[in-house]
Amino acid sequence: MLRLEELRIDMGGGTLDADLSFAPGRRVAVLGPSGAGKSTLLDVIAGFRTPISGRLAWGDRDLTQVPPQARPVSILFQDSNLFPHLDLARNLGLALRPDGRKPGAEEMPRIEGALARVGLEGLARRKPGTLSGGQQSRAALARVLLMARPVLLLDEPFAALGPGLKREMLTVVREVAETLGALTLMVTHDPNDARAFAQDVVLVTDGLVHPPVPVEPFFSVPSKAFREYLGELG
Amino acid sequence: MARSPFAIIAGLTLAALTLGPVAVVLIRAGGLSALAPGDWLALRFTVWQALLSAVLSVALAVPVARALVRQRFPGRAVLVTLMGAPFILPVIVAVMGLIAVFGRAGLVNDVLGGLGLPLVDIYGLHGVLLAHVFFNLPLAVRMLLTGWQAVPGERLRLATSLGLSRAALWRVIDGPVILRVAPGALVVIFVICLTSFAVALTLGGGPRATTVELAIYQAMRFDFDLGRAATLGLIQLALGLGAGILALKVTQTDGFGLGRDRALVRRDGAGWRRWTDGMWIALAGLFLLVPLGAVVLRGLQGLMLLRADTIVAAGHSVAVAGASTVLCMIWAVALANRRGELLALAAITVSPLVLGTGLFLMLRPFVNPFTMALPVTALVNALMGLPFALRIITPQAEALKTDYGRLRASLGLTGWAWLRLIWVPRLRRPLGFAAGLVAALAMGDLGVIALFADPDRATLPLQVYRLMGSYQMEAAAGAALLLLALSLGAFVMLDRGGRLAEA
Repeated sequence: MLRLEELRIDMGGGTLDADLSFAPGRRVAVLGPSGAGKSTLLDVIAGFRTPISGRLAWGDRDLTQVPPQARPVSILFQDSNLFPHLDLARNLGLALRPDGRKPGAEEMPRIEGALARVGLEGLARRKPGTLSGGQQSRAALARVLLMARPVLLLDEPFAALGPGLKREMLTVVREVAETLGALTLMVTHDPNDARAFAQDVVLVTDGLVHPPVPVEPFFSVPSKAFREYLGELG
Repeated sequence: MARSPFAIIAGLTLAALTLGPVAVVLIRAGGLSALAPGDWLALRFTVWQALLSAVLSVALAVPVARALVRQRFPGRAVLVTLMGAPFILPVIVAVMGLIAVFGRAGLVNDVLGGLGLPLVDIYGLHGVLLAHVFFNLPLAVRMLLTGWQAVPGERLRLATSLGLSRAALWRVIDGPVILRVAPGALVVIFVICLTSFAVALTLGGGPRATTVELAIYQAMRFDFDLGRAATLGLIQLALGLGAGILALKVTQTDGFGLGRDRALVRRDGAGWRRWTDGMWIALAGLFLLVPLGAVVLRGLQGLMLLRADTIVAAGHSVAVAGASTVLCMIWAVALANRRGELLALAAITVSPLVLGTGLFLMLRPFVNPFTMALPVTALVNALMGLPFALRIITPQAEALKTDYGRLRASLGLTGWAWLRLIWVPRLRRPLGFAAGLVAALAMGDLGVIALFADPDRATLPLQVYRLMGSYQMEAAAGAALLLLALSLGAFVMLDRGGRLAEA
């Protein structure tokens, strides 16, 4: 269980409050207008930002002061998920060897296995620049597999992809999440992504992170806040 | 790499190496009474020549820059690039070139003499001004060009579609650009000229054309009056601090004008303005290129006359430049963030001669300071190059941190892995450019070495100066050409190295 207990987060001008929890292994969509604090929420869970007050916990473990690399969390960003001058083997190797040494005979099969799992067999020696956008996303997901952490955060990583490719990537994410049994939080501003991918939806509006609601009732019986968000869209 | 132990050590060393010598100078300074009457003249001359140099450079840069903005011609890009060259040109080489053109037996006097007109004399105030304008006119032109390029293209198109007259165009675009850039340019050039040493050493001198820096040198070398040198150092320190504060207040972030050259279409350069603009561009081009051409031509003849001592001096220069570059780049790696940049800028308000004096006083109880001439020169040059290196590296280092800092944290990359695998490979280009600049500056520097050197330990710039002083002008020209080749070679090699490695 990932618990956000009376968290208050500085948004530079306003604050964001969160008091909710997520069950392990769930797939959750984080919806809300831009600037509401969706990415900020992920930054706090990943450890890139410290909340003003409150507590963050994974099971019995208090995470509030734990540095990012020691948290049970892996994250995919909007871009810059891979170092462009390193080949995929080196990029993925960093997940296994944070001291930056070349992946050895022990690690290479694991790296190649992870690449195969996301449909990138035999591309270990390619640099990210020679791959398509979809392949780059797959490579970043292969690294998530190697990190094997029980919480996966996705900060709109497929925003730049077309609708068909995006649906394909959501399937890969789903497979990766199920393989790891990881709790997955995905930020998006597109309700269709939420429908296609998530089991639960969390709405972030007006300085508040609303508690998760299962997808079905979320869309069939929309809350007042969600109706306002849709109204904003047009 | 904020606040890593490495950065803290680097910052503390930097502070100790600048504040230490300053403290020693302060302790040793015997009070203002120890000043000779000539020293007050030196102070007045320093401020006066810096002021005149700044005003002349900027005033002449305005028509040149405006001509470059509104005219297109083949070779324009090369000329704009050349405007950046004086930065890495050794002062002594430029002085040789200016003497070849404006000196007693130079081209200009040949023409004037042929016409029966009075000859010009390059030594004294106007020689100092000539050299300062030679170095700083291109700097002012580049700063102004950057200012003009910052004008949004839409505004220019709007002005054209409104059919604004030339006067109106001046009022809404050109006037504001000049007003915005000129104060910063004036202050930057004023500050640069305040610490002028090599120019004053070669073209000035005498009671009427001595800068404070030169007076420090004379007090040390000729009178061996350490107390007076320290007091003069104190005055130079106050000048530098005052000017530094002034510069911080007036200049904007693009202070050094290392701008891109974006195309900007203007239609107001037609008609007779093509001719006046052409004249300005030609004059500026000649003023910059003829002296350099003269150095090359005379130097080619002089290369035959290079003796062993000049070759040894060249070896010293290469070693000093190498050591300065390595030291400076280590500092730059540790301090490539905004705080580090401020620290480095604060460090250069202390002039090289003040640092040199302080280090001399610090070393004297332990060793013969003259034996330390080369290491001290390397150290001081590394310090002087650091702000430029940081100015080049920091923006891209900060961008790298913004792009990949979170990924680094999430992977838990060690500092060493980050530096070796990500930081250096991603920043090859700015690192190469900065290293090239520092190497060229160190190679051509004629400052603190003059304070320390004995006959056995000259660098190449000092050797050129000594050859000039003993009227071996041919040999001096040959040595100057060698120095020019070494400086440019070091710059091109390191800059290219960074670019190639990136590909």
